Amino acid sequence: MTDRFVTRGFVGRRRSEGSGDLASRIPPGQYITKDFPVLSAGPTPRTPLEQWTFSIQGLVKEPVSWSWQEFLALPARDWTVDISCVTKWTKLDMRWRGVSVDTLLEGVELDERAAFVIAWSDGGYTTNLPLADVLNGQAFVAYEYDGAPLAPEHGGPARLVVPARYFWKSAKWIRGIRLQAEDQPGFWESFGYHNRGDQWREERYSGD
Amino acid sequence: MARPLDWQLATVAGLRDETDSVRSFSLTLPAWAGHRPGQHVDLRLTAEDGYSVERSYSIASEPERAPEVDITVERIPDGEVSPFLHDVVVPGDRLELRGPIGGYFVWEASQPGPLLLVGGGSGVVPLMAMIRHRARAGAMNPTRLLLSSRGPGEIIYREELDRLSVIQDGFEVVHTLTRAQPAGWNGYARRIDEAMLSEVLAPLGREARVYICGPTALVESAANALVRIGLAPSQIRTERFGPTGT
Repeated sequence: MTDRFVTRGFVGRRRSEGSGDLASRIPPGQYITKDFPVLSAGPTPRTPLEQWTFSIQGLVKEPVSWSWQEFLALPARDWTVDISCVTKWTKLDMRWRGVSVDTLLEGVELDERAAFVIAWSDGGYTTNLPLADVLNGQAFVAYEYDGAPLAPEHGGPARLVVPARYFWKSAKWIRGIRLQAEDQPGFWESFGYHNRGDQWREERYSGD
Repeated sequence: MARPLDWQLATVAGLRDETDSVRSFSLTLPAWAGHRPGQHVDLRLTAEDGYSVERSYSIASEPERAPEVDITVERIPDGEVSPFLHDVVVPGDRLELRGPIGGYFVWEASQPGPLLLVGGGSGVVPLMAMIRHRARAGAMNPTRLLLSSRGPGEIIYREELDRLSVIQDGFEVVHTLTRAQPAGWNGYARRIDEAMLSEVLAPLGREARVYICGPTALVESAANALVRIGLAPSQIRTERFGPTGT
């Protein structure tokens, strides 16, 4: 164990809210923000809702596709979760409404070889997750944030939300998921970001 | 498993004030494999008791300067890290850093064709790495920087940009000053909009590669306007400085 480097003269502001429960909700290297910052690699895509579909493809017996109206009719619920972005901000108690990935997968019969999920989006964005990491209430497709329709710059009309992973795994403008037997790095995972992205292990970059 | 991106101790080699509230730090690194223009580094500050914070900063310098990199930091009055960097750090200090990070918002001189760079405030920093690299590499591709600043005193890298603009290697800077203009100013004096982007893009043509960096609202409106003008979304790469970039 090497001695920790100390930055000369740095005291830090400490978190005024950083005691007890709240401090325990902030992953290593993160700071609390009250804003909802936006990060995207390109222009915000805009697909008219009448053309929007959400599909499940790949290792399923029958692929399924929902229109926007059909998607809104799926059983939804409210979620209040903490979100951490790899760019260091953490926002507590973000309120969403959407459909659990469990509910979506009830619409298909999974091939037993299915082990990984590739989420894909308008604009060509993809991200990869082990199937086990999106089951059992760990992930949902949100279409409302803070009581209002999800804004395009935040991923509307619908985005994946995976609170236990850095936020790039929560694909904005999601249009479907593909079940695969093999893992396959998505967009940021191909540009040096960690394949899993668990903020509690500070898995920011490949090799962390 | 990929090679870990190790933390290393950079030594502050020099400071330069770019504006009243923006300062550049030249950092010398013990082991630096080089970077690609547009990439960033993570900085970690640690107090005596182990309390530490991390922030990301775009690299402002060209890769040819390795093993030295510059970062340019705007002082956010209520920030935790930028006031420390501005008010406490002096040459000779050491800072923990790792990188380079990011591989999408990058441009290298080996990529041919016209280039449009759109920056707002300190969003010019990663674009400056591209501009400096382009000059250093001797690239002649038509390149325009549209830079939005609040006033004449808030233009980051102003002298260097003006200098690079007059050497006739195909680079040109176009300023817009959104809040205050000097007497006799005949340049743009409003926020970046579709008409402005059309005019600035015109000499480059619609095939130009575009890089946009700045506050979210600027990036969002500029990217959307360029798509309306007829550019393919795949031509446009964006990087955003959230309001929390302290």
